[in-house]
Amino acid sequence: MVRVELPFHLQQLAHVGREITVHVDGAATPASVIDAIEQQFPMLQGTIRDYATGRRRPFLRFFACEEDVSFAPFDAPLPEAVASGSEPFMIVGALAGG
Amino acid sequence: MSEVRVLVGTRKGAFILTSDGKRQQWKVSQPMFGGWQIYHLKASPVDPNRIYASQSSDWFGQTLPRSDDGGQTWTTVGNKFLYDGIPGTHQWYDGTPHPWEFKRVWHLEPSLTDPDTVYAGVEDAALFKSADGGQNWTELSGLRGHSTGSQWAPGAGGLCLHTILIDPANHDRIYTAISSAGAFRTDDGGGTWKPITKGLYSKYLPDPTATVGHCVHRIAMHPSKPDTLFMQKHWDVMRTDDAGESWQKISGNLPTDFGFAIDVHAHEPETVFVVPIKSDSEHYPLEGRLRVFRSRSGGHEWEPMTKGLPQQDCYVNVLREAMAVDRLDKCGVYFGTTGGQVYASADGGDSWNAIARDLPPVVSVEVQTV
Repeated sequence: MVRVELPFHLQQLAHVGREITVHVDGAATPASVIDAIEQQFPMLQGTIRDYATGRRRPFLRFFACEEDVSFAPFDAPLPEAVASGSEPFMIVGALAGG
Repeated sequence: MSEVRVLVGTRKGAFILTSDGKRQQWKVSQPMFGGWQIYHLKASPVDPNRIYASQSSDWFGQTLPRSDDGGQTWTTVGNKFLYDGIPGTHQWYDGTPHPWEFKRVWHLEPSLTDPDTVYAGVEDAALFKSADGGQNWTELSGLRGHSTGSQWAPGAGGLCLHTILIDPANHDRIYTAISSAGAFRTDDGGGTWKPITKGLYSKYLPDPTATVGHCVHRIAMHPSKPDTLFMQKHWDVMRTDDAGESWQKISGNLPTDFGFAIDVHAHEPETVFVVPIKSDSEHYPLEGRLRVFRSRSGGHEWEPMTKGLPQQDCYVNVLREAMAVDRLDKCGVYFGTTGGQVYASADGGDSWNAIARDLPPVVSVEVQTV
């Protein structure tokens, strides 16, 4: 199981708390974790990555083990600590706006 | 006695204002979708408890909540708005080709007969249709695929399809308006479309009478006269009496004919309301006086409605989606401002009251009588 921390508005949308756990098929990568999130919480489809391009939404960042993994390939393995569930995969909204 | 529900979309959430048929005492709901931009909410005319909402955010994109109990609870339905085929390009601000990119839903128009059928007008401009209550969306690509589509360019607010009007006498006839492409009509349920811009004049265009490129801000229709449409253009208030085949200017004695919102009285198809805004560079009322102008003659002659509206130091805007009328015997008129006020008139515009004063900037207003 992979632990995922969601930003406030996605928590509201999915009716969950700050942290969720998802079952990931195969290696834990940004793509497989988001696949698992979208499967378990269909209301989050399209909110983390754009439907048309498949890319991360530009005002979101991904963090793992205190590293910014936003620009890593979507199929790059996440750290073992994330894959094993000891550290969360963090989806963070940009601190901007009015 | 009837209950009136005013559905208000704002930059930071949605609100429902309710009153009885007297429309004197109003209750403001708690915020719904707090922090999200709610471009539009609209209920099905055949199932008033079914309400569709456009919920979007620069962070998280578009989602689409639907209520089946009059706004008490909401379910997130489909948000997959994918253009049909290979999208191609439209014109960018600098005249270069730019790929079509879905950004948000500006307008939701439920079918007049089926609560599960709903149309969505989106940015970048396209028309989508759902026949299953908003779960799945299909583009009616004949519109964007019109031979002029690659020439469409955005206005300052984006390349947005913001107006959808279904002819109540012929449901295959639908009108749309796009900033800043113009106005279009289909007579076959959305398969094929024709520009309906003859008579429009836009001095900022290289060819002021071009077929496309007009920045149409809003079109309104009275259901009893569906061939007559009233348009608030970037500048100019216009009307057509032949379903858009030709337009005539009806600005008449308006102090300025720039503006966004326009609507028609529920029981008087020749009574029209606009809120003149100073200019395209200064989006607030003339002289700091918020005035609704009413024409009872279908245009040309306009009278200012000021009773109950601020007549000094008022510098708010009224956006294109932010005016609506109810269907009660004495027609109610409603509009919202970028200052967060919602004003209501229970007497056809003669006098006004603020029924909400301190909401986030108001983007859209719709009214239900239930």
